[in-house]
Amino acid sequence: MDSFEKRALILSVGLMMIFVFALMYAVDKRNSDVPDCLPYDAAYTKARIVKLDDDTYQVFCVARMWRFEPESIVIPVGSNVDFFVTSDDVVHGFNIYLKNVNMMAVHGGISKSTVHFDKPGIYKITCHEFCGSGHQNMQAEVVVTEKK
Amino acid sequence: MNISKPLRRVILLELSIPLALLSIGIFEGLAQVIYRSGMIHQASFAGTDYYQGLTLHGVINAIVLTTFFAVAFGHATIAYFLKREPSAKLAMLSFVIMLTGTLLAAYAMLSGKASVLYTFYPPLKAHVTFYLGAALIIVGSWIPFFDWVSIYIKWRKENKDVKMPIAVLGTLVNFTVWFVCSLSVAYEVIILLIPWSVGFTETVNVTFARTLFWFFGHALVYFWLLPSYIMFYTFLPKIAGGKLYSDNAGRIVFLMFLLLSIPVGVHHQFSDPNISRGVKWVHSMLTFGIVIPSFITAFTLAASLEYAGRKRGAKGLLNWLTHLPYFQKDNFLFGYLICGLILFIFGGLTGIVNASYSLNNMVHNTAYQPGHFHMTVAGPVFLAILGMSMYLIKELTGKKIQLPVFNTMVPYLWVIGLLTFSTGLIWGGLIGEPRRTNLGMTYLNPESNLYHPQWVNDTTITLFGGIIMFIAGVMFLSSFFMTLFSKKISESKLDFPVSESLHVEKRIGIIDRFGPWLIVMFVLILLAYVPALMDVFKYSGPGSPAFLPDNPIPLK
Repeated sequence: MDSFEKRALILSVGLMMIFVFALMYAVDKRNSDVPDCLPYDAAYTKARIVKLDDDTYQVFCVARMWRFEPESIVIPVGSNVDFFVTSDDVVHGFNIYLKNVNMMAVHGGISKSTVHFDKPGIYKITCHEFCGSGHQNMQAEVVVTEKK
Repeated sequence: MNISKPLRRVILLELSIPLALLSIGIFEGLAQVIYRSGMIHQASFAGTDYYQGLTLHGVINAIVLTTFFAVAFGHATIAYFLKREPSAKLAMLSFVIMLTGTLLAAYAMLSGKASVLYTFYPPLKAHVTFYLGAALIIVGSWIPFFDWVSIYIKWRKENKDVKMPIAVLGTLVNFTVWFVCSLSVAYEVIILLIPWSVGFTETVNVTFARTLFWFFGHALVYFWLLPSYIMFYTFLPKIAGGKLYSDNAGRIVFLMFLLLSIPVGVHHQFSDPNISRGVKWVHSMLTFGIVIPSFITAFTLAASLEYAGRKRGAKGLLNWLTHLPYFQKDNFLFGYLICGLILFIFGGLTGIVNASYSLNNMVHNTAYQPGHFHMTVAGPVFLAILGMSMYLIKELTGKKIQLPVFNTMVPYLWVIGLLTFSTGLIWGGLIGEPRRTNLGMTYLNPESNLYHPQWVNDTTITLFGGIIMFIAGVMFLSSFFMTLFSKKISESKLDFPVSESLHVEKRIGIIDRFGPWLIVMFVLILLAYVPALMDVFKYSGPGSPAFLPDNPIPLK
């Protein structure tokens, strides 16, 4: 190994270490994590919205060919929402645009992500995994309303 | 050297049949960008449904073309570098099995009974011939590998203290990874899916099947890539007019691929349930590990090309970049390889984003993904396959290349098309555009209440890129098949432009053998995958019955 090769190798490993550090920082300080892994329980397969208190909600979302249930989730601004996602049939995707939420809805599995909605607006939830001939119709939304 | 007629025939068939099928593959690629741009708002076009076309595009381009080529190129490298021909009978047997598999899968896809995309995630169910076809393509490709290993062992006995050629190391590493990873998908297909698809078993554990698929699926991308790496290390420095900067660096790179190609697959499942965060971290970090051999490659190849440029009279810091043999008809292979490398810079960097644990949330399953992997599999992989296929038929048939200007321009045009195409897709992905979706029906249909006007610009850019790529593809296929069916002008032979090493490096025993590395490979696979599978079985709920893509009611 000559000195150029050594330098190139040190730079590459150093760069990857910086990336690792940045990731650890994002996970630890910015709560940016991959979906939580929960043991399966049939209770998650019943679609519903549960209001725990004024700004804390649980959304149990069931994806089916070719709609999400619930299809429209209305919450006030400032809410924290736990999304529990599963599928009743084939694999579906669950992507909330701009909210860094990206989960697969899988039969026999429960994905969980927690989201804080700090701005009012309509957040589309798009199915991003091919789920059959109606895949392109599969969208739901989170409607974040102004505080009254 | 000369290649015997029976083996030559197998290699030529393995190169030309997938390229003939590629005409369907690239047509379906063009169809995708048309649907997705919202130019048409319909479920099917030219007799093929969007998702059927997408399945054809994926299976033909990414499975059939790549596997047949890897086998054909493997025959050529083993015969050339070890000076001993693989058995023509076994080669023919392997070809017939792979061809049968291809025909079965083609029947299933063309008749619309397998519109499940090339990842065939259950519980979407395809016709049993689709699964059988996939299994036969894989099993057929194992046969030459065993033959090559026995040739290598004989060669090693006679050449105890000679470094094995890098191309041989690369080919054997590649097929070792391929054999081990395809055991997993063979288990998925033969044990889980085939009995389930014909109704012997009622349900399938979906996460287990996905985990088995990705044990295979990520190693698969290196199986596509390593033949191009062999060309980069073995041929590129020579045809650039220089020498390979370091031969030992190349060996270390291939051995790192042997260790790390498989135990990284869960990085495709960061968004999946039933796999814990700890396992996902481990796979993310191991994926970062496999970035290192590509950085080493970037350095070694850049250094080799710089040496070539300076030998051609370049001065100054970056001037060597302009002193390389671009646009030369009789050195067309250089164009294919250098263009692949340029694309791979972007393909590699976007890949690091995917591997980065929770950063993947931003891009998972969005249009960013095809934006990324077209710069790898449709970048260095595809261009190396095209360039080398043309080179091999020219050598093996003794024919003169027809439409040589087309052949020379194709890689450069491809780079322009592909960078445009991927820019659109990556931009779209970052603003939420899903992959694998017939956008023209709803999201890019102004009549639909799901219309998303923010995706108009990026899908239009993708459309332009896709059209340029399609034109380049047609130009290549015209040149290739006109050459194949032209008159023979010289004797058939096989010669490769083999690079010398710039520095004289002595043989280091440990990086010139397989045994110890295979043990480390298996240990890493166990460390990465035993916890993943334990999670899958611990967390998973009930299995799923089968579903057809056009019906929400489960079968039975």
